[in-house]
Parts: sequence; structure tokens; C-alpha cells
Amino acid sequence: MSVLVVLEQHGGKWNRMAFEAAAAGKMIAESLGVPLQAVVLGSAIDGLANDAARYEFRKVFATDNPLLARYTPDGYTAALEQLIRAHQPRLIVFPHSYQVRDYAPKLSTRFRKAFISDVVGVKTENDQAVFVRQLFQGKLSADVRANGNPQFASVQAGAFRAMEPGDGQAQIERFAVKLDSAQIRSQPEEPFREAQRSVDLTAADVIVSVGRGIKEKDNLPVVEALAGVLGAELAASRPICDNGWLPMERQVGSSGQTVSPRIYFAIGISGAIQHLVGMKGSKTVVAINKDENAPIFETADYGAVGDLFEIVPALVEEIKKSKA
Amino acid sequence: MKIIVSVKQVPVRDSLLRINGEGTWLDESDLSYEMNEPDAYALEEALQLKEKLGGEVVVICAGPQRVSQTIREALAKGADRAIHVQAEDLGPRDALTTAALLAAVLKAELPDMILTGLQSDDLGYGQTGVILAELLGYAHATIVMEVEPQGNTIRVKRELEDGWFQNVILPLPAVLTVQSGIKKLRYATLMGIKKAKTKEVKTVSASDLVPDTAPSALMERIYLPAHAKHTQILSGDPKDVARQLVEKLRFEARVL
Repeated sequence: MSVLVVLEQHGGKWNRMAFEAAAAGKMIAESLGVPLQAVVLGSAIDGLANDAARYEFRKVFATDNPLLARYTPDGYTAALEQLIRAHQPRLIVFPHSYQVRDYAPKLSTRFRKAFISDVVGVKTENDQAVFVRQLFQGKLSADVRANGNPQFASVQAGAFRAMEPGDGQAQIERFAVKLDSAQIRSQPEEPFREAQRSVDLTAADVIVSVGRGIKEKDNLPVVEALAGVLGAELAASRPICDNGWLPMERQVGSSGQTVSPRIYFAIGISGAIQHLVGMKGSKTVVAINKDENAPIFETADYGAVGDLFEIVPALVEEIKKSKA
Repeated sequence: MKIIVSVKQVPVRDSLLRINGEGTWLDESDLSYEMNEPDAYALEEALQLKEKLGGEVVVICAGPQRVSQTIREALAKGADRAIHVQAEDLGPRDALTTAALLAAVLKAELPDMILTGLQSDDLGYGQTGVILAELLGYAHATIVMEVEPQGNTIRVKRELEDGWFQNVILPLPAVLTVQSGIKKLRYATLMGIKKAKTKEVKTVSASDLVPDTAPSALMERIYLPAHAKHTQILSGDPKDVARQLVEKLRFEARVL
């Protein structure tokens, strides 16, 4: 009855969230008093399994199969299903990555269990894990308890401090899976990047970022004026780029760029987690939003609740004055 | 091509959310609702595929009587018919429980494709499409940016993390969860709204369905998140706020 962490890798490199999930798993395993295990899936993964063995796991399962060389939901689901049936962990912890979103609900459904996705915290009560999730894009939190085993949960990026490697020597156990190429229905092609980005927001010192609060494209000059007076790069949350108001390459967030400027102005951005993961490394965050309950105020150092169409022009004037 | 679009009705974005007396769900009495935005993109993609290839677009939506408004909107935009899975208590349920109800209805429809948004704006599980695929035995792909039909297969462009993408070929039938922004959303026309009134809406009561799952996760309590960071909220008239902010940024944070 262990806690099993799925360590995600791509092309022989760990996903940066893998050891955040491990940290969450460790915390739960310790409070439940059960061993912590990990699994690595892929093809030719000896190096990764050896690396994982340096961390504080009781055991590392190496699930090595040529049909796992490239990720497919069918392959990963079949492999993990076999491991879970054979070793019966009580809880499986994943990073809440795009890959996990693609197969973990399928895997949990195979066990007719709910998948508790995108968890930001865990408590234990009466020898049971209680998971904390965000609802309504971070405006509310919920405590969720699973009944029966196995349980499945994924951990939000940045919610746990990543586990550091120790001098541990976890036992590596090879777990052979039976896979047949006929059961893998999707044919993935080589991942690619779009044409080279011409805008590199990652190097920007000051960023003025705009969200839905701007209401329409014709209002963009309001924030452009602020970016102009600050010598800042203009950026946006996803909906603005979805609407074509600013090019995709100016998007900050999980599907855009990850930035860490000296000052980040979030103008009319509510602060959905997909946006926050892209900007929470900023040194100083200023948020202007009409909704005092907007989650962006959780991340901001300075917040102004009010109408951006009044506050931003006033701010432009003040900055001009201070520079005069 | 027969395409099912699974849509959810969610509280209007920026609604004032009040928690009910028991702390177990929202007080729904004053809420207004709208179509979950990612599902609106799934519907748009389905309508454009139908315009290109012919066939039928069928919308399915689970929830109480109020979801009929969202169903009408989908029909007005061009869906051919709809299925309303009538259920009162889905609000805080786990994704598997709700998806199992949808699957119990959809198994008789035998579509070529099922499209849905990549996640809902309320609970944000991001699982319904993938669970439907598993329960119905279909292949799937998530976070899809482009769909290219190729006879008995489709080639889709998936979004990965950090600006990476990947094309994947899937056999039909398949379930796709659609990324927002995939196409420009259309508005319903007056003609569309008029025609929607004559389109078929089949109502199925959830209590008549026998899904092969039982709820396995319980939302015990919902609450406002605790403030983790000390945020200085500046108040006053806009000029005053701007003046305070510049001062703080210059002399306190020393970043300006």
C-alpha cells in the first residue's frame, strides 16, 4: 500500500514538474506512514532510473519497452494499469502536465475511479488524504476526498517545492509490461516548434500585460501608452491572443512564454493558473483589476481595484511626471 | 461525418460567487449562466467540419432545466439537434460521474467524432473528453489546435508545453478536446435563432440511465482561498492610486 509517483520524462530529460509531484508524494507517504515509490516509463531509460534512485524513494520501477519510446495515451495507460494491478499502490501522484492531462483520466477511468486533477495542497485526516483543488480559475478552493483505492491525483506546477536529490540508493526494479503495437491507436509524429519567435519576452526587464479587462481591440492604445512610457514589452493573457488582438508570440502563460521581469503589470488579467505559472517569477507584480476577488491579487505585490480605463492613463501621467 | 459536441453550462465569467450555507457548493439562486467558452470553440470547429464535409452536428448537455438555454444557443449557431441529459445535482460531482452519464447516452449515437472543450471554466477538471473516449472505447487526443480529416483517420495538431506542438494521426471514431482560439467564434443569426425553435431536443432523464460507475471523489467543502501573500491594495481615486503606486515602485520596491 504505497504512494507511487509517476516521474515524467521527455526524450531522456525529466519534466521540470516531475520532482514537485515527488515532493507531494513524499509528504503524503510520510503522513500516512507508507513507502514512497516512483515509476519511470520509456525506452532505454536506465540512465533515468539510476538518476531517480538518488532521490528518497523506497523503490524505483523502470518500465522499459520500445513501444513506450514515444508517448501515446494507449501505451502509457496500458503500462501503468499493469503496474498498478501488480503492485497495488493506494495513491498514484502525477505532475499536472499536458501529458498527464492526456492519459491520467483514461487510466483512472479504467479503475472506475475519479482522477483528482490539478491539486494545490494535501492534508491528511483519519489516515486519509484530503486534496485541495481550485475552482473557478482560482476564485474558490475545495477539499476533495476520494473513497476506495487506488486514488489518482495530479499536482499543479509550482504548488510544491521540488524534491532535491539525496545520496539515497533506491532499489531499482524492472517491471516488464506486455504491450502489443496493435493496441496503440494513435500515431504521434515528431514534436516541433513553430517558426522562431521574433519576440523574446523572457529577456524583458519590464512587461505590461493585458487581459480580458481591456474589452476590445480598439482599447489597446490605453495599455500601449503605459508600455511606451515605461519602455516595456507588451504581453497578454491567452484570450487576447485567441481573439487575434495581439500575436500569439506575446502570450504569457503555460502555453506561451514564461517570464521573470523586474516589474510585471497585469492589467485587466484575472489570474487564471495558466497565466500565473508564466509570470509568478516576476520580481514585482502590479495588478489592476475591477474584481477585488480576482486571483491575480494573490500573486501581486501591489494591487489597485478599479477601472483600468481610469487608472492606467493616470498612471501614465504620474510616470511621465516622475521622469520629468 | 457525424459529430457530437459535448457542452457544459457554467456561471457567467466574473459572476459574484456565493457559497451555500452548508459550504458544499455555490448558492445558485442569483447566478446567470453561459456556455463554457472552450466548449463554444469545440462547437465552432464541429460546425466548420460539417460545412466542409457534410453530415450532422449533435449537441449533448447535462444539467437542470436552465441548460436548455445553452442548448438553444448551440442550435441557433447551427447544430442540427440536441440531447439534454436532465440531472439536478451535477454541480459538484466528479468528472467521471458526469462523463459516465454522457457516455451512457452517446453509446447509441455511434458518431465519427466527439468534440468538447479542453476544460470547463467552473470545476476545471479537464477530463470529460478523455473519460468519454475510455468509456466508449474510442481513440482520443487532447488540447487540439487543428483538425484535418483524412478518410477513416484524422490528423490533429496538439499543443504541448512551452511552445511545442505535435501532429498525431488517429483512427475514427475519436474524441478530441479542443483548445480555445482554434477558430473565430460565430454569432447566432436571427435566422438561426428562428430555426433553432424547430430543431429536435431529446430529453433523457439521468435517473433512467445506468452508468457503470459510482461517485469516487467527494467535494466535502468549498471556501475562499487563504491569502498566502501580503498584497498592498491601494485605494482612492484613480489619480491618487496612480501617485501612490509610482511612489511605492520608486521608493519601496525600487524597481522604477
